[in-house]
Amino acid sequence: MNYKTKEKIYEKILLTSAFVSVITIILIGGFVFKEGAPLIAKVGLVKFLFGTQWFPTSGEYGIFPMILGTFAVTLVALAMGVPLGVSTAIFLAEFAPPKVTRVVRPAVELLAGIPSVVYGLFGMVIVNDIIMYVERTYLAGILKPEYQRGYSILSASIILAIMILPTVINISEDAIRSVPNEYKEASLALGATEWQTIYKVLLPAASSGIVAAVVLGMGRAIGETMAVIMVAGNTVAVPDSIFAPVRTLTGNIAIEMGYASGDHVRALFATGIVLFVIIMVLNSVATFIAKKGVSRS
Amino acid sequence: MMTLKRFKIVVILVAALVVTVAVVGCSGSKSEDKAATDGTENAGQTGGQIKGTVKVAGSSSVQPLAEELAEAFMEKNQDVTVSVQGGGSSAGIESANKGTAQIGTSSRELKPEEKGYGLKETVIAKDGIAVIVNSGNKVTALTKEQIKKIFAGEVKDWSEVGDLKGPITVVVREEGSGTRDAFQEIVLSKEVKFISNAVVQNSTGAIKTAVTKDINAIGFISSGSVDSAVKALSVDGVLPSEATVLNGSYKISRPFLFLTKSEPDAAAKAFIDYVLSEEGQKIVSEKFVKVK
Amino acid sequence: MSVKTTQKMAKAALWTAGFCTVAVLSLVIGYVMFEGIPHVNWQFLTMKPKKMGSEGGIFPIIVSTIYFTALTLAIATPIGVGAAIYLTEYTREGKITKIIRFGTEALAGIPSIVFGLFGFAFFVIALEPITRGWSLLSGALTGATMILPTLIRTSEEAIKTVPVSYREGSLALGATKWQTICRVVLPSALPGIVTGVILSIGRVVGETAALMLTLGGSMRMPGSIFDSARTMSMHLYLVALEVGTKPALDKAFATATVLILTIFIINTTANWLMKHFIS
Repeated sequence: MNYKTKEKIYEKILLTSAFVSVITIILIGGFVFKEGAPLIAKVGLVKFLFGTQWFPTSGEYGIFPMILGTFAVTLVALAMGVPLGVSTAIFLAEFAPPKVTRVVRPAVELLAGIPSVVYGLFGMVIVNDIIMYVERTYLAGILKPEYQRGYSILSASIILAIMILPTVINISEDAIRSVPNEYKEASLALGATEWQTIYKVLLPAASSGIVAAVVLGMGRAIGETMAVIMVAGNTVAVPDSIFAPVRTLTGNIAIEMGYASGDHVRALFATGIVLFVIIMVLNSVATFIAKKGVSRS
Repeated sequence: MMTLKRFKIVVILVAALVVTVAVVGCSGSKSEDKAATDGTENAGQTGGQIKGTVKVAGSSSVQPLAEELAEAFMEKNQDVTVSVQGGGSSAGIESANKGTAQIGTSSRELKPEEKGYGLKETVIAKDGIAVIVNSGNKVTALTKEQIKKIFAGEVKDWSEVGDLKGPITVVVREEGSGTRDAFQEIVLSKEVKFISNAVVQNSTGAIKTAVTKDINAIGFISSGSVDSAVKALSVDGVLPSEATVLNGSYKISRPFLFLTKSEPDAAAKAFIDYVLSEEGQKIVSEKFVKVK
Repeated sequence: MSVKTTQKMAKAALWTAGFCTVAVLSLVIGYVMFEGIPHVNWQFLTMKPKKMGSEGGIFPIIVSTIYFTALTLAIATPIGVGAAIYLTEYTREGKITKIIRFGTEALAGIPSIVFGLFGFAFFVIALEPITRGWSLLSGALTGATMILPTLIRTSEEAIKTVPVSYREGSLALGATKWQTICRVVLPSALPGIVTGVILSIGRVVGETAALMLTLGGSMRMPGSIFDSARTMSMHLYLVALEVGTKPALDKAFATATVLILTIFIINTTANWLMKHFIS
């Protein structure tokens, strides 16, 4: 075999490995759809997506409360995690002395590597307890009794906010650091204070990176499973307060997969389809924003 | 280039370490037994010795028990390998039906459509289901009717059944769970639904934590997992215990099932016989309720 | 409010943010270690679990974790590095790379429980004759698909940093493209690739949701890749939640402690590698 044929073969092998991820995503989509779609067809898409009753063993499959739950938990988590994360990123990039950075950065990395079950245990034993105490001591007169149990959107969001911190910090910090030094120098030379420079120059220049960080954090929050089921209460009900217990889409699958049978399994795969579609849409939006950011700058 | 060389050495060393640990670790195990690779075809009696591989798959609640039984069994029958996989009761029932596992395990009764497979059911253990409350709760006994009303949402405050005041926090297992099914059937009856705002947890540990942390909570868990952190209630005057579950005076329990298709092969049969033997049932009774 | 006050307040706020992050971390880790360290000892590391994990140690689980991680990497690394080589050395940005990149990014965003559903339906059920159902192999194949995006991305970055002049030099000396890749590009990119691999180990070791549906959860020492097993993360979850008694919780926290220390060692190694070999 001459070397040209060999080279061709190597190239084909490499091309194949490059396509493995594409094939996998098609397989994932295919398998989850194959298992779940028949149930959606049977129940009806609208009834499945917007139904509020979930009694899979008696044939009622409405996942609307879970869709709401997923978004509620994610949004509240972002509301807490993003400001803290971006502030920490600015701190690390602009203010922190090297000695401090040397402590904070590995700490953040460690935070990223801790398994979600550990966060879940922490949330279940510590965070829920504190929330329940607050609910029963200070908010007892205001909240419905079933919203005074600790298990809530709030506690799930607190845990998720901690879990998305590393993603938000790392990517935002990179984005801030990649802003050309001249921008900063020019601003400071014009007499702006450090804060004004950060607020008016650095942050706008790094905005597309920060948006990317938020979107990735959001993806992680939507996809998180184990930690959330340990603290959210998993009640299937449309939430109307951040103290309400909720069930998320991922939680629904993880909680019930162990014992489900027949149509119940298909309903959980169908939940997977909804999750898959949400993530795909989110990804496309992220890609779109990233592109827009690049073409503008 | 010098650093690169050093780097390569480091990589090789790390890789070598990983491999060593893996190999050393595995050679210490009994499952290296050659029988494992022989597959099921060789299962059969040869000179009084049973050989072969038995695959047990199914409920994650049964799995730890099945593993302990398997280990004890293999100590006596060196030529048999019993491998236990957990993935859920339904998957276990399917595995037994399709023949991908000789023994399927389930921690719930079979559903009508699963009954249609014609699998042979062997009850290997019973799991009493205890109704638990916070240890600070003064209530010690409830009737089945009261429990039903609490879990159905008709009784919403502790003051309606006892001295304690406060809205009841109902904690239940997820839909499909064997514990929930049994509780539903025995306490609530089929037509009555659980109160919709109940906290749902999918494990004994999570329910226990919920009850330990919340003075107003009530839940149900495997009676083998009750300890001083929570308080088990007597139901209609009977406390859950090995004796009361075994003689049927404590009504709330679920079966642990071994499911086999038609006639199991010799190795699988030997394992099932061992599980039902006095020795096997002794292991069962360490945490669950024996059936004999 | 004067500009100066704002500046001072902003600075104070940012310091607080940094402090909060560290505080949160110390709280989580401190809590787990506080509960776990008293129960970590030599017996715990070298004995097998008894009574469903509420007694004894975690030795087979440590071995399973190593076994599972090694297998996952053995499957994913060649594919990931191959894909990265193709993307950097063989194509220009175009339709094909766009498709591949979309696939990779989409894969990176998929929640682990969906990987679990897929792994269960495909590797455990559909490929049962090959994988023997819930097994190390099924789990590792599922895990491999999960870390592929990270591997591709980090390897691509590493390969891109190899100066073009290296390649030109090699090609000018008459080496073929493949020889150039094998003997020049990959060796220079190796530290970066290894760092990517180490980062993936972190993800694999911490994963639970997907493995609950694919790995089978056996507590026993695995004899082959067709045996079912459990990783430390799974063990922690199963012992803490399925059993749920006080001794079981102690063992769970001890497992969590070992797990956190493992992750810490992995991270430190990756940082050390990056510092000493990449710059």
